[in-house]
Amino acid sequence: MMSQEELLNGLRRTVEQVLKAPYYQKKLAEVGIHYAGDIKTLDDFRKIPLTEKEDLRQNYPFGLFAEPMDNIIRIHASSGTTGKPTVVGYTREDIKLWAKIVAKGFRRLGITSKDVIQVAYGYGLFTGGMGIHYGAEELGAVVIPMSGGNTAKQLMIMRDFGTTVLCCTPSYALYLGESLAEAGISKDELKLRIGVFGAEPWTDKMRQEIEARLGLTAVDIYGLSETMGPGVSLECLKGVGLHIDEHFYPEILDPQGNPLPEGEVGELVLTTFDKMGFPSLRYRTKDLTSITYGTCVCGHTGWTMQRVSGRVDDMLIIRGVNVFPSQIEEAILSVGGIEPHYLIIVDREGPLDVMEVLVELSDASFEDEIRELEELQSKLRQRIENITGLSAKVRLVEPKSIPRSEGKAKRVEDRRKGKI
Amino acid sequence: MLQLSVFLENTKGRLAEVLNLLAEFNVNIRALSLADTKDYGVLRVIVENPEEVAAKLKDRNCVVKLTPVWVLKVPDKPGGLASMLNKLVAEGIVVEYMYAFVEREKEQAQVVIRVRDVELMQKAIKKYNLE
Ligand SMILES: [Zn+2]
Repeated sequence: MMSQEELLNGLRRTVEQVLKAPYYQKKLAEVGIHYAGDIKTLDDFRKIPLTEKEDLRQNYPFGLFAEPMDNIIRIHASSGTTGKPTVVGYTREDIKLWAKIVAKGFRRLGITSKDVIQVAYGYGLFTGGMGIHYGAEELGAVVIPMSGGNTAKQLMIMRDFGTTVLCCTPSYALYLGESLAEAGISKDELKLRIGVFGAEPWTDKMRQEIEARLGLTAVDIYGLSETMGPGVSLECLKGVGLHIDEHFYPEILDPQGNPLPEGEVGELVLTTFDKMGFPSLRYRTKDLTSITYGTCVCGHTGWTMQRVSGRVDDMLIIRGVNVFPSQIEEAILSVGGIEPHYLIIVDREGPLDVMEVLVELSDASFEDEIRELEELQSKLRQRIENITGLSAKVRLVEPKSIPRSEGKAKRVEDRRKGKI
Repeated sequence: MLQLSVFLENTKGRLAEVLNLLAEFNVNIRALSLADTKDYGVLRVIVENPEEVAAKLKDRNCVVKLTPVWVLKVPDKPGGLASMLNKLVAEGIVVEYMYAFVEREKEQAQVVIRVRDVELMQKAIKKYNLE
């Protein structure tokens, strides 16, 4: 358990390290922080402006590295959907630390040197493959560096090498499960017992599906290259959430940047302790979750976060209330027979924000009496109001009438832009 | 008899589009009615082979439903429809909606009736020998 003084010492070490980068010197000077010693209280720390992906882009490629290139032994990068990737660098010590963090989390799951770990995350600039690989080696397990793809071969090796732990994205795990029959392999021939899945959002329904198809216990792993990679947090088998490793200081902030109390959902902001090549200082993950502090029966003491529930970028502020498309989806799906195809239209009528939700009707939800259609509309309206606290208009529309791009539906149309 | 119902958004030309589809499938519409609200409507038609037509419309992204209805001959005299309805009401039948049509070759007025309780309707049909 970390005392307040230990916490402040850790934060000061990180501030001292980032101040080696001129960009941070300037940024912190603007709020009156010139030396690590200027951080006397947690409130001082909270004055530090948040770091965003944009800061990394502006300093592309190596501008925010806190160690000379001579000390950097590895580069990773995350591909942005737009523009340049965000680049991070690791010293030899950073790589060792990362491996230790992953190994520690794996140990909590009961994974040992006796296990055979198949790493089906991509190897490369993406942190998933190598991050897990080094952690699994640190553990002394047998590591199979498969990388992603080549599904038939993955399954053959999984059977022939007796893989016990599978690490990949949840969607790929599901795909592997679905491909078993085609590969002529039955679940009973596999020795899988634990799956460590991450790098993309997934649902409980997916978890159950993966567990049933592959015959393993699936856990969620969280991380992002800007703060290290996979291993920032990892679920234990007690189902209480993802335990955050002690080398990360989490904050949960509201949209205005104010700290939120334990248990409340907001944006996760991370600061690293003792990461030298690329220390993260109040880095905005854009991921939404909540955190609590405590001791778990598995032995972890510290912060535990819940599964990421959405992205900040998806959040809408309507009449001052935060609304997420996932909430609307939840409301719609709670009414039986409705497909998850919808569009949220936000507009401004006079001084007031108005929300309209277009819901595609399906054969299962269509009744030929107007009375029943009106009941369906009012039920949908009610559920949306119960979950979001906002009234909404609901309009029933024909199937496939909501535009889809690349198989993924567009969820929100904000028409308020440009209106005052 | 099964009636074919199609959900229609109130967008310009949507009704015509669906009617054009039915024409394309070479479907003869014996009877038709349209119920609508501000945002949407329901097109109800009586056609030959409703199941087959429903499947074809689904393929073209229409939401369709097959609903059991009765098509009854209306007695050819003043008050004919009223007297028929009176009988149904007396049996406790709730009529959800109805619409009338005339078939040219028979020159017979008929009415399509959708009721809430199918069993009651079946009894009434037998009792009064309606068809
Ligand atoms: Zn635990």
